[in-house]
Amino acid sequence: MSRRQRAQAGRLVQYAILAVAVVVIALVADWTTLRTQFFNSQILPSLFPELITTALKNTILYTACAFAFGLALGLVLALMRLSSIGPYRWISTTFVEFFRGVPALIVFIGFYYGLPVAFPGRVLPGGTLGVVTVALGLVGAAYMAETIRAGIQAVPKGQMEAARSLGMTHSRAMISIVVPQAFRIILPPLTNELILLTKDSSLVYVVGLGLADSELTDFGRRNLSQYVNLTPLFAAALCYLLITVPLSIVVRRMEARSEKAR
Amino acid sequence: MSAPIPDPSVPAIDVQDLHKYFGENQVLRGIDFHVDAGSVVCVIGPSGSGKSTLLRCVNRLEEPTSGKIFVEGVEVTDPDVNLDELRSRIGMVFQSFNLFPHLTVLNNLTIAQQKVKKRSKDEAVEVARRTLEKVGLAHREDAYPAHLSGGQQQRIAIARALSMSPDLMLFDEPTSALDPELVGDVLDVMRNLASEGMTMMVVTHEMGFAREVGDNLVFMDGGVIVEEGDPAEVLGNPQHERTQSFLSKVL
Repeated sequence: MSRRQRAQAGRLVQYAILAVAVVVIALVADWTTLRTQFFNSQILPSLFPELITTALKNTILYTACAFAFGLALGLVLALMRLSSIGPYRWISTTFVEFFRGVPALIVFIGFYYGLPVAFPGRVLPGGTLGVVTVALGLVGAAYMAETIRAGIQAVPKGQMEAARSLGMTHSRAMISIVVPQAFRIILPPLTNELILLTKDSSLVYVVGLGLADSELTDFGRRNLSQYVNLTPLFAAALCYLLITVPLSIVVRRMEARSEKAR
Repeated sequence: MSAPIPDPSVPAIDVQDLHKYFGENQVLRGIDFHVDAGSVVCVIGPSGSGKSTLLRCVNRLEEPTSGKIFVEGVEVTDPDVNLDELRSRIGMVFQSFNLFPHLTVLNNLTIAQQKVKKRSKDEAVEVARRTLEKVGLAHREDAYPAHLSGGQQQRIAIARALSMSPDLMLFDEPTSALDPELVGDVLDVMRNLASEGMTMMVVTHEMGFAREVGDNLVFMDGGVIVEEGDPAEVLGNPQHERTQSFLSKVL
């Protein structure tokens, strides 16, 4: 066999393995049960409209608030990390290492049970939304701080020099020249962070949600036990994809565009 | 925009016994140097001679290790000096242009006018348009830097510095990053600027420009000024052996 024939044969074998695997799975799986368990047409309609109006809405709301809070805090932490003042750097580093190194679930539990102990008689404003915003925001901030710091350092040194040579102060140059360019560079990783936060917002279930505060995962679990059927959970999963898939398409587009610009 | 009226009694730039170390490495070894108001001084020399470092010390983009620098009689090296105000009067042009890529040409020219000089938006735009006219790029005010050629970018960078109405201009190898056919346009702009009486310190490899436009030529090597004087004299009849050997390689 020539080299080219061998390559062709190799490819043929790979396709054959794939085909066999698909056929075997299709034959072995119990399709009827699968459909009634995961895509039950009697249960599915009863999930509406709450699936969208409460669960999806809350997931988006929690994620958006946590992301906004995390982004703002992350920017502050990144600037602290790059500060010439030692204690600012240490605080930022410690914060980032702590919240990156600890499971988000523990942060949620810690917040929910720890805060009332630490500050007796005081509650975080905003109820569930307040807890999610802060707990999830802190975790997000730790990751985003590192991304933003890398972005700021990726802006060529000449930009700061040009700004300073025009008489701008260091902070003015940061705000008007360096940070806007840094954000353009890190838009793809920041969007990835948004995807991660969307999924992590499900961890809020540990604080025990009222019906009106229920988000996708909690909603799915609730109805799972009510109907003793996986359809609600499957529907919730699809709703997550409704958010995350468009976002990852956006990321891929942005990456392709910045690739071209280079 | 007319260039400021030079006061001949105070040198625009006065450098006294300047030393500069990068770590262990001594880059400037006692430089005494001055630029008279309204004159054009070109600094030439092999790479690593310290000429760019000298220029960057003048607006303290580099921190001098020791020595004194005065700009229009104000001590730049004084720790209490208002450096931002001083820098706003010293235009600087970089080898790599350093335009702000996220801003349009017009905004590149107006941002520092508004944020530093506190000019109104209307005034800043008017000044910007006038300087763009001067560098022959008035029609590109809405473009982003990435859409311009290197030569155009450098002319915009000159316009950006000029729109701050500086008293003097520093040029750090302004044509070294350009394709040969684009160098001429940039040199034309600089030539016009010189003929208007702008005080200029130009680190360059363009010997033709130095000969034609320069009032004074400084040759640096190994962190010291080896030779200086009338450009035609230094280029045509170099006295020092190191100058001769450098010129024989570049001319």
